[in-house]
Amino acid sequence: MEKKYYVEMRGVNKSFGSFQASKDIHFGIEKGKLIGLLGPSGSGKTTILRMLAGLETEDSGDILIDGNIVNHIPASKRGIGFVFQNYALFRYLTVYENIAFGLRVQKWPKAKIKARAEEMLQLVGLEETAKRYPNQLSGGQRQRIAFARALAPEPQLLLLDEPFAAVDAKVRQELRSWLREMITRVGVTSIFVTHDQDEAIEVADEIIVTNQGRIEQIGSPKEIYRNPQTPFVAQFIGQSAEVDNFRQFTGFTNAESNAERAIVRPEYITVAKQGEFLKYSLDAEEGVVEQTAFRGNEIELKIRLKGNLLTARRLLDDAPVEVGEHVRVFISRVYAFDEQKAYVIENAALNTQESLVI
Amino acid sequence: MKTQNKGGAVKWLLVAVSAFFLIVMLILPLVYVLITAFREGIQPFLAAVTDPYALKSIQLTLEATVFAVIINTIFGLFAAWSITKFQFRGKKVISTLIDLPLTVSPIIAGLIYVLTFGRQSFLYPYLKAAGISIIYAVPGIVLATIFVTFPFISREIIPVLTAAGTDEEEAAALMGANGWTIFRRVTFPHIKWALLYGIVLCTARAMGEFGAVSVLSGHLRGKTNTMPLYIELLYQGYDFTGAFAMSAILVVMAVCILILRNVFEYRGKKNEE
Repeated sequence: MEKKYYVEMRGVNKSFGSFQASKDIHFGIEKGKLIGLLGPSGSGKTTILRMLAGLETEDSGDILIDGNIVNHIPASKRGIGFVFQNYALFRYLTVYENIAFGLRVQKWPKAKIKARAEEMLQLVGLEETAKRYPNQLSGGQRQRIAFARALAPEPQLLLLDEPFAAVDAKVRQELRSWLREMITRVGVTSIFVTHDQDEAIEVADEIIVTNQGRIEQIGSPKEIYRNPQTPFVAQFIGQSAEVDNFRQFTGFTNAESNAERAIVRPEYITVAKQGEFLKYSLDAEEGVVEQTAFRGNEIELKIRLKGNLLTARRLLDDAPVEVGEHVRVFISRVYAFDEQKAYVIENAALNTQESLVI
Repeated sequence: MKTQNKGGAVKWLLVAVSAFFLIVMLILPLVYVLITAFREGIQPFLAAVTDPYALKSIQLTLEATVFAVIINTIFGLFAAWSITKFQFRGKKVISTLIDLPLTVSPIIAGLIYVLTFGRQSFLYPYLKAAGISIIYAVPGIVLATIFVTFPFISREIIPVLTAAGTDEEEAAALMGANGWTIFRRVTFPHIKWALLYGIVLCTARAMGEFGAVSVLSGHLRGKTNTMPLYIELLYQGYDFTGAFAMSAILVVMAVCILILRNVFEYRGKKNEE
């Protein structure tokens, strides 16, 4: 049975001069979902968002909202809430007037405008800023107000362009969970653009990965993370080290697939000092630590293994490892890829009981 | 700021040179204009400025200025808006053309209009049939004034609009606002002070315009003489008191405008913070 999508793009193309920003974009989004459009800068994610909003016109293809083609409906009539990257709050209007703007434009009755604006201020917890101007707010407060302003006219679809890019790291962390919670509470279908994979994985129900104007993969964060389907996704997601021939590693020698190159992520590498307990001891190989770096909650290691430099992690409480030390390394999974596809390949040891040494 | 404190001698030398230059080039002549205007007492001054021809020239100058400012404000807003908010072919050409009056000598501007609307023009028979006279008449003076002053307003607004970007307008449009509402509530507050500043500059230039107006006016005393033209006429006729009396009025108007200009500039800067 075909799924019922609330927002859909069918074969959408868009060029700016000779630059093709969107190539044959197809996707569908179910009502009430929070979607992350993830990709490196210049990958065409913002163009997709702006076309949905009606701020850019597609060259070909159809955009559907709630089952209707909206190609020729101007931005002002699409009833979409939009949060801009730099918030685009009206500088010469107070916070209250910013939020009320859309309602006044849509000729809501006075009493309802007041009630709604106050409700939104309360929702974002910034009642006390009503009379202030945007330049008197902190970055995080501005973001909340932009969110409140976009939601005030009760849009059915909320679009957010890099909503966390303009705030500092600490506030960003806070805002992420805040936004997630708000959107769940309001229940509005939302799409946000980000270049930060952690952000997308943490916040989104579903992720659309874009690269060079194309959609690479659509799936839940878990799927994207665990089963990358294209070489790009395998490399882009996670903290990856690339190896030219993964069959040189023990446990991958007989791997099926034609691919040779692979991505190895730190979370699939276990590092043990000599003499330390290692579950799959027989399949571990010896590597040399080249670099150690303190990352706050963990130690990041660069390990040379058969000529490849891999990134691995050890917990802060684990016995310290030194540069030049010979350690035992076990790789449990790699993402092998050829030109078109990516394949998940597990260490053969995981499927054979015999190699388990206790 | 340390580097500036170190060169104390250089600093004062530069200040002294600039001050000397300003005094010789500007303040002295301006003071001299005022002194000469009142040399023979207040009576001849009043007589000179209340002369019917003088009054007529003041009136004509104000008229031309008001027309030029109104028309250029509208044109300047449209031009600045279209150049900064839209992408289109020929945008560079338009923004370059806007600057043309700044580089072309005003006298050529005058001649262009004489050619376009004068007797030798193909338009002349139609204009005559419609009973419109442009050359050697008030409309010609207004046209010439508009021509020489039209870059002033758009030039002031364009940088402000460029700096402001289009995000706020887009945000307003997405909420369903129409063009007028967007302009009134979002764009206008941004450009308010720059616009006033441009209007002031435009006014100052319009009042003082001599070259282009001189070509088109025909120097009909009491009909097509603006203040600068009338001053020249008096001066040529060795009526120094009259010439300087009128000049004094023009100078005072210019100083008022200068003060206004500084007020607007200050407010504009404060507004940006």
